[in-house]
Amino acid sequence: MSTNLDINVKHLTRVEGHGNIVVNMKDGTLEKAQLEIVEAPRYFEAMLKGRSFHEAAIITSRICGICSLGHQMTSLKATEQALGLDVSEQTVLLRRLLVHGATLQSNILHAYFLAAPDFLKVGSVFPLVGSHPEVVVRALRMKRLANDIGDVVSGRAVHPITPVPGGFTSVPSARQLEEIKRRLIEDMVPDFEATVETLKSLAAAIPQFERETEYISLRSDDRYALYDGDICSSDTGRVDDGEYRKMTNEFVVPHSTSKHCKANRTSYFAGALARWNNNHDKLCDLALGAAEELGLQPGCTNPYMNTIAQVVEAAECVTDSLAIIDQLLGDGLKDELPNQEPTRYGRGVGATEVPRGILYHEYEYDRAGRIVKANCIIPTGQNLGNIDDDMKKLVPEIVDEGKDAITLKLEMLVRAYDPCISCSVHMLDVEFRD
Amino acid sequence: MAKPRVAIFDFTGCEGCELNQLNFEDQLLDILAHVDIVEWREAMDGHADEYDIAFVEGSLSTPDCIKRIHEVRRKAKVLVALGACAVQGGINGVKNTHPIEEVREEVYGEDKYLFPTLPALAVSSVVKVDYNVRGCPMTQLEFLKVFTALVLGKEPIEPEHSVCVECKLKENECVYARGMICLGPVTRAGCDAHCPTVGQYCTGCRGLVPEPNLKAMEEILVEHGLNVDEAWKRLQLFNANEIEGVRS
Repeated sequence: MSTNLDINVKHLTRVEGHGNIVVNMKDGTLEKAQLEIVEAPRYFEAMLKGRSFHEAAIITSRICGICSLGHQMTSLKATEQALGLDVSEQTVLLRRLLVHGATLQSNILHAYFLAAPDFLKVGSVFPLVGSHPEVVVRALRMKRLANDIGDVVSGRAVHPITPVPGGFTSVPSARQLEEIKRRLIEDMVPDFEATVETLKSLAAAIPQFERETEYISLRSDDRYALYDGDICSSDTGRVDDGEYRKMTNEFVVPHSTSKHCKANRTSYFAGALARWNNNHDKLCDLALGAAEELGLQPGCTNPYMNTIAQVVEAAECVTDSLAIIDQLLGDGLKDELPNQEPTRYGRGVGATEVPRGILYHEYEYDRAGRIVKANCIIPTGQNLGNIDDDMKKLVPEIVDEGKDAITLKLEMLVRAYDPCISCSVHMLDVEFRD
Repeated sequence: MAKPRVAIFDFTGCEGCELNQLNFEDQLLDILAHVDIVEWREAMDGHADEYDIAFVEGSLSTPDCIKRIHEVRRKAKVLVALGACAVQGGINGVKNTHPIEEVREEVYGEDKYLFPTLPALAVSSVVKVDYNVRGCPMTQLEFLKVFTALVLGKEPIEPEHSVCVECKLKENECVYARGMICLGPVTRAGCDAHCPTVGQYCTGCRGLVPEPNLKAMEEILVEHGLNVDEAWKRLQLFNANEIEGVRS
């Protein structure tokens, strides 16, 4: 039995961005267990300061390729609140549809391409092309359709084009939406059910580990909160999204170019598992059925189950997308111009559930419509403290399993959070100090 | 003939260009049939000692980036820069227009020396780049063209005309006529004028055409009653390194 342990995984693979896992144990005492964030800082404040409100969402979507849509939605909401720009019901429906497309895309990418190789004990999705071709083809088909929602509604799934402050520069045609609807019903729903079957057969590979923590997500009375809602903590309940600073409390730690966050404890969980724990009562039957099949219970405290929670909520994205498309088609699509006449110049906050958790943007504009201050807080940054706390509990529990097994479980733990390290580092850079 | 060995690397950027490679859902299996992917941190475990083609995403902005890019260049027969950050420094270049100490202090405060940083550079300002795939994110169509040419042993061709040419071919209404600033006249084509086609202005993400007529662009802006300073500011967004010192 080893009571000395020295693990150093440099540039962890199959995550977005650059991070190292570092664990040291000496004579049975855990000296260090942390995720080091070594992503190069990008200093986004230099890009935002003095920029026109037309550019804010164009710039912030470049913080992250995977979350570009989420950044754009959050940025637009913050700008619209700051400038007093009202948007139409059609705009809100199209944006909700976009958030579903982006969430679906990201959750499927994570489950199949980044997490599943661990369950099947291979190094990437590529060997599965030969060994499990039907699974890879299914994953690609699901991802394609999710991306097509982005391409059709926003002009481009990565770094969307048409969503601008006050609305859209162009809207999809009824025919395009009908085609998306047809493929959601004919392809996506059966593919989703097959995904649940595949995951069920792999569920034994998900490590058993429990650590109760604080779960923070948006919550809405109307629906499973993704596009908007209040901030909801499993410890202290709901507050308005304008009070996000109280729920995040960013601070710098030396081992990370991304700042850490905390609310009521030393760390908290943001992301699909937090959304599930706080909002499972708002999910559709397809999602609840999948949760039951996959053994996901309300009040789940196993962080590895985040991947399962992502798959479960993908069903909600499909169901609600169909409802939104029906409403858009029923109301008739209107070729509206975006409302870009500011009625005020001040501060605005946007909060959106993106795949990895709540994303916050806050801007302050001057009277020329240029940004004087910006603050953005990223889900992965919010989760970093929770990941470190998980590691500190996990390592002593599995110390007898040998270095290779411990390393794999630590890598899987980090991957379960689906971290988006570019985001966490790049967004932290958007803070201007008062 | 052995399949080309391909490696993909990310430096300072958003990884959207890499993501766009995983977004070739319809072509991914065909691509995989023609090459061996030997290293790609975002998608797979493992490292390789040499490769025929290296795709490089992101700009170079830390001492570690400089060290890594030399290593990639040594091991690669052909190096392709992927996307605006790698090709021309891209959006990261904007930080170069501010004093570096000020930028670091604004973000990290008194902890600024914990994290080293350099001006954000295009890959070609540090090592030789053989080919470019431009755009933010990289234009997927252009990637497939460059990829196919390289696999077939042919020379990829880079367009030298402006986005306006493609926009006219699409029969779009001119963005200037709609009262918006547009960077199409000085921006390199190859995207099929996608942004103007869906109602947005050209943001200049593909970099400048060779010998851009910036004077003429200013004249068009004035003619349409648009703000010349604002246009330069927007041009800077993806091209800070390229236009540094150009405007007198």
